[in-house]
Amino acid sequence: MDDVIVDADAELLARLRAGDEEAFMTLVDKYGPLMLRIALTHVRTRAVAEEVVQEAWLGVLQGLDRFEGRSSLKTWILRIVANRARTRGEREARSVPLSSLGPDAGEDEPAVDPDRFMPADHPMYPGGWSIPPHSWARMPEEKLLAAESLQQVRAAIAKLPPRQQEVIVLRDVEGWDPEEVSQALELSPGNQRVLLHRARSKVRADLEHYFEGVEA
Amino acid sequence: MTAQGPIIPGGISCRELVELVTAYLDGALDSETSGRMQAHLQLCPPCTEYVDQIRASARIAVVATAELELRPDRDALLSAFREFKAR
Repeated sequence: MDDVIVDADAELLARLRAGDEEAFMTLVDKYGPLMLRIALTHVRTRAVAEEVVQEAWLGVLQGLDRFEGRSSLKTWILRIVANRARTRGEREARSVPLSSLGPDAGEDEPAVDPDRFMPADHPMYPGGWSIPPHSWARMPEEKLLAAESLQQVRAAIAKLPPRQQEVIVLRDVEGWDPEEVSQALELSPGNQRVLLHRARSKVRADLEHYFEGVEA
Repeated sequence: MTAQGPIIPGGISCRELVELVTAYLDGALDSETSGRMQAHLQLCPPCTEYVDQIRASARIAVVATAELELRPDRDALLSAFREFKAR
């Protein structure tokens, strides 16, 4: 099955090198959605993600002569789009204004199960991890973004209390600033952050739970 | 390393740190707490992993909720291709 895909790509690649428009559009249809998905994980809006995808395709066209086929065409294209998206995302992140808000409370709902930490009177590591999180870094992007993972996150968000849902959707999905969200939802900055904190903590915990089940 | 009493990097325990992550990522901590948090993260891989996972979860949430047809703008790409060829 893989051979067929590779061969089809090899043929498309040859046609693309010859400047075949139809081959280009076939590749756009084939890998475009995945490229957009990758881009969307790094940048804040659909419009910027579209720009990143376009830049990436130009990068592909410019790099065609240098592409030696050591990786698959798909991997190569994804690496290009991921790099562009990452660069763009980092630039965006740096431009996010720092808010000058005080610390907040929210002790009643711990972000992580207290049983995963050493007791406060532990002689060596008081309050240190006793069951630390497993690394996600080794997980391939495809698995992190697999349909099942996405479904997990949707379910995790859907079961949050409504206020937490609103805040996480506006902050993390729509990419709004903390100030904008506080204003839109009529929350104090501190409450806005407590809601986001609880929401993110639960989504992470659900994902962790899911990934551990898959690994096992 | 020999045991010489409790080890609490940056003076913040891991259990405390996980509650500060959101404020930290928003740049909303005072500079002293933020500095202590950074000191802790430098010495503590599990907490660094935790912060990465919070970031990753936010990233995945974007994709997960983008239920719209994820098709890039074909027309724009086609004209970009033609432009590229014409160069």
